[in-house]
Amino acid sequence: MIKETPNLLLVKQLADGDVSFEKKLVGVIKKELPVEIETYTNYYNSKEFVESANIVHKIKHKISILGMAQSHQFVEDYENELREENNSKHQGFLSVLEVMINFLKQY
Amino acid sequence: MNCIIVDDEETARIILEQLCSKSPNLVVQGSFSNAMSAMKYLNQNKVDLIFLDINMPDFTGFDFIQTLKVLPRIIITTSHKDYAIEAFEYNCIVDYLVKPIKLPRFIKAVEKAEAFKLEAPAQSTVKSDTETTGSELFVNIDRRLIKIDMPSITVIEAKGDYITVRTVDKNYTVHSTLKKIEEKLPTETFLKVHRSYIINTHKIVDIEDNSVLIGKSVIPVSRSKRPELMRRLNLL
Repeated sequence: MIKETPNLLLVKQLADGDVSFEKKLVGVIKKELPVEIETYTNYYNSKEFVESANIVHKIKHKISILGMAQSHQFVEDYENELREENNSKHQGFLSVLEVMINFLKQY
Repeated sequence: MNCIIVDDEETARIILEQLCSKSPNLVVQGSFSNAMSAMKYLNQNKVDLIFLDINMPDFTGFDFIQTLKVLPRIIITTSHKDYAIEAFEYNCIVDYLVKPIKLPRFIKAVEKAEAFKLEAPAQSTVKSDTETTGSELFVNIDRRLIKIDMPSITVIEAKGDYITVRTVDKNYTVHSTLKKIEEKLPTETFLKVHRSYIINTHKIVDIEDNSVLIGKSVIPVSRSKRPELMRRLNLL
């Protein structure tokens, strides 16, 4: 299990002091992530693993924005494995999502 | 440089808009969540540079490039490192940015784009080497050569060793192959959209994701043929 705490270092770097941009970016991540998780869950439950991998691909970007380097690598491996119909990292992926959602709740 | 952003992920689009705002030579003309809207925009407007995602639903970034009649400079923006080799097979692709994109790397890519000179011949991929001059096609049916007016042909369908040529009024089944008849048809009008179908693009009623409606027939369109089909359309 990866123990990694998300952070906003990259978001702040991109914002370069522009607080409204910082809020906007975090707001969009908060808006998009639950929708992507729902889409992922639907595809996953229907065993459409390639489509699931396409959603994992999008979520992967958000993982990197939240500074979760180890999780990013784990999820990249999961994306590639899903494309070969291997879903063994599903539970690990759900744990990463939970960490992200909990972190974003404070903003 | 005038630029547009094409990415289905809003997070990615607003990051790119922010990065563009840090580059004084860039003016963002539009930000599009799908390739189709960007194509419509580009039919009416000229841009110098496109920031283009690869993994998008319906159309990948590479499919999108193949639909463009005029190729501006393109910077690929993706979370996938593995497309780099394919990306640089396109003359118009200036650089390849892996997400998350940071400002110093972004600025470097924009500088490369400014210095980049496009090769004029890369502007179109339409082939016109199989054009025919006449508008009639003769097919051999029961030892008779039957004349078919090519503009009246709607669809040609492969059926094993035979093909069925469907016209507005009548269908003709002929012992031939799609490959043979394709060589006789004007390429500006007819397009092979699937391994079993050639269509007359002037007869299209409407288009859905993976099919076209011609008359009352729904004809499947292969994913690999979609970009060429979309490029032929006069999109509003």
